[in-house]
Amino acid sequence: MSADIKQNTATPNTIFVDGQEIPFMAGQTIMDAAFAAGVYIPHLCHCPGLTPHGSCKLCTADIHNRIAASSTSDRRTQTKFTVDADSRSVSACTTPAAAGQQISSNTPALNEVRKTITQMLFIEGNHLCPSCEKTGNCTLQAVAYHLGMLDGHFPQFFPHREVDASHPTVMLDRDRCILCELCVRASREVDGKNVFAIAGRGTTAHLIVNSPSGTLADSGLATGDMAVQICPVGAILIKEHGYEVPIGRRTFDLHQVGEAGLEKVVLAKTRHTDE
Amino acid sequence: MLIQQENLFENLNKFSFSHLPRYLQKGNTYTRLAMSPTNRTVTSEQVNAVVVDACSQSNHLLHILHELQHRLLHISDEAACKVAAHLGLPVSQVESAVEFYSFFYKSLRGRYNILLSNCTSCGYQAGGENLKQMLEQRLGVVSGKTRSDGLVSTGETSCIGMCDHGPSLLVNGTPITRLDATRIMQIANMIESAKALADWPAEWFHVDDNIRISNSLLNNDFVAGDGMCALLARGADDTLAEIAQSGLRGRGGAGFSAGMKWKFCREAQGEAHYVVCNADEGEPGTFKDRVLLHSHADVVFEGMTVCAAIIGAEQGYLYLRGEYRYLLPQLQSVLARRRDLGLLGSDILGDPGFNFNIGIIVGAGAYICGEESALIESMEGKRGIPRNRPPFPVTHGYLGQPTVVNNVETFAAAAHIAMQGSAWFRTVGTEKSAGSKILSVSGDCASPGVYEYPFGISIRQILGDCGAQNVQAVQIGGPAGALIGSNDFHRKLCFEDLSSGGSFMVFGEGRDLLAIIRNFARFFAHESCGFCTPCRVGTTLLRKGLDKIAAGRGTQYDLDEMKRMGALIKRRSHCGLGQTASNHILDVMNRFPHILEQRLAQSDFEPYLDLDAALEEARQITHRDDAAAHLE
Repeated sequence: MSADIKQNTATPNTIFVDGQEIPFMAGQTIMDAAFAAGVYIPHLCHCPGLTPHGSCKLCTADIHNRIAASSTSDRRTQTKFTVDADSRSVSACTTPAAAGQQISSNTPALNEVRKTITQMLFIEGNHLCPSCEKTGNCTLQAVAYHLGMLDGHFPQFFPHREVDASHPTVMLDRDRCILCELCVRASREVDGKNVFAIAGRGTTAHLIVNSPSGTLADSGLATGDMAVQICPVGAILIKEHGYEVPIGRRTFDLHQVGEAGLEKVVLAKTRHTDE
Repeated sequence: MLIQQENLFENLNKFSFSHLPRYLQKGNTYTRLAMSPTNRTVTSEQVNAVVVDACSQSNHLLHILHELQHRLLHISDEAACKVAAHLGLPVSQVESAVEFYSFFYKSLRGRYNILLSNCTSCGYQAGGENLKQMLEQRLGVVSGKTRSDGLVSTGETSCIGMCDHGPSLLVNGTPITRLDATRIMQIANMIESAKALADWPAEWFHVDDNIRISNSLLNNDFVAGDGMCALLARGADDTLAEIAQSGLRGRGGAGFSAGMKWKFCREAQGEAHYVVCNADEGEPGTFKDRVLLHSHADVVFEGMTVCAAIIGAEQGYLYLRGEYRYLLPQLQSVLARRRDLGLLGSDILGDPGFNFNIGIIVGAGAYICGEESALIESMEGKRGIPRNRPPFPVTHGYLGQPTVVNNVETFAAAAHIAMQGSAWFRTVGTEKSAGSKILSVSGDCASPGVYEYPFGISIRQILGDCGAQNVQAVQIGGPAGALIGSNDFHRKLCFEDLSSGGSFMVFGEGRDLLAIIRNFARFFAHESCGFCTPCRVGTTLLRKGLDKIAAGRGTQYDLDEMKRMGALIKRRSHCGLGQTASNHILDVMNRFPHILEQRLAQSDFEPYLDLDAALEEARQITHRDDAAAHLE
């Protein structure tokens, strides 16, 4: 990596995402820098302020090892990097930005990869959008639309997953869980409660509740917890508040998933305060 | 012994991890709870007593859970809660560990828990016989379930590292090798008569080294302490320089320069530095670390101590795979002897301030823990999930401190280099692959076993030495490595050509390569940790794709799909497991395309759903199997 930094000393503290020059500060990831510059890199397991996770791999991007791979000196024309041996695949949300990095993100090839990964997330769970309360507010669904996903493509896994309806105000429907661990991190890092964790491995990996009975009822979870608000899909739902916002007025009816500052809207939306 | 009903409380304090496996000790009075048919319900007080005892023996979560599993035959939610309370951990951390590691169970296992290896070399499918089915039929037990009388349970497990011994199994964690139909029947009889394991014939448990060709690493003239005397004479700086100049590269498979790794770790700031020996030898077909640990443990520990002196570590760990737990007593005794000789402990060899100790952490059945950052997570009592890198373990490893993680063989080589210098080491091998490599040769050959060769040896030479004839293919580096055919037998075993962490599996002409790669695909789907989407979902999709082709329902479309998925998993996965999990399929597509193509259905598209097969459950419920109950 030191080699490509040396070759790009002309532009300290900037990276290039699809040819666009983006400044960054020490300690920032590629995702952080892109976020600050209003450049959208699709993601599901990432939320600014929480420890980056790097598990969903939707933010997968290619870093090019050698700038010399391009014959032109105008970096703004270097948007069509192809996937080749001269690049390496990284997760934008966990990879530190480094001066002069040439990154491909919004390319047809990478978006095709992301679409495939999104399809994989759909078919490994039981996602029935038309009957899901989260439809229109669901980031998984929005990302799928954004990437032009029209079907699940792969054979459905139809897993058997448990529902936990024990809690008075919150319900956990694991059918829709995509194992992003946003709730795990939000509960630990923001709520200070450590309510959730992942157990098992492979396709049997599943969300568990940190309580003696393993159910939400005797956990310390409360409706206002960030862990409840942050679920990007309909796995964690607030009871007795279904369908308050009509279809057509929901988050992704009014916003694009790639809009800057959308995290705040998404969090507010599930509190049913948006109008 | 197994059916004794001793008072648990009398025996609580008699045991420690340093002893022989209790169930192999003659005459001991140790009794498992839930051991006899009349003692199957365990009271809360008894669970509590076992937890208290287990926690007093070790503070490592995996060790405590092992003890619970061993004595209570499962880890109940109640037991998990009590362990969490004792260790001050979240219940969820205990629970998630229980569900992550293969050797822990939430439901009661039999008093004899049999796990047959499903590896292509030491697995239960041997010469057309299904030994697992044979055993289960004889015992009247269903795979994965415990027999109603609680006596026995069976199941399968990933490669247990006995590939040079043919079909093998673990009974209550201890390996029995060289299985055949006769032995299976004998084992079933032993179980039915509830005979204590200690009274089973000792030769059943015998594990040979099977060293066929030895070279500098496997010769026996190493005297404990020689490497460290050389280290003290030369000094840490110059010894590091020797390691670097030797060109020693990591023997686990990745081949990173050991000198560089040690240098980075040495330079990293931290409250403490750690040396970790990765003995989680899980790659199917690999067993050379088993032999090194069995017969050359001193060299390995010496290499760790040399590393400790160089990087400034005072504590080291050997992370031993759960399948090799039977080696634990002997490894503990080697450590004890080294402490007695002043080669471990404080002021080692009289050198003031040279303090180093080695502890052993035993895994519990998870291939992913061979990945160094997953191994560190496991050492910390968590699920073995690979970390994000950077930061790398050399700066942020065990407990967030600078840590060197190297393979067993790497430490052994380092000890020799410390003693004999880099020039000596470089006398064999190639320019980029200095020294020798220990291979585990198994499969269809006359002399499976351990072979130590200078790097650069040709595949053909190895095949000749091990007596392999009519070879169809060789799997180099295990399922994660490369599958090659005779066109590539001239190639060389070294980092710059064909690299192997130690596995070398030979497949003769009689083998069905599709069955082999289906086995590999199942292995990866089973061992994927589930962290990242490409590997978690992709490995299962590949497994399903191969199953479809094997069922005669695959089409060219399915092949194209698997090629695309294989490429995605390889490039986009989080760690080395996923990045290599499709190699076997891609290799067959490239080098043995006819293996798959000849099984394809002659149509453009076949749906995944097999309608007729989907009716099977209905047929069973209605007890019908006549023509009208089938669609075809």
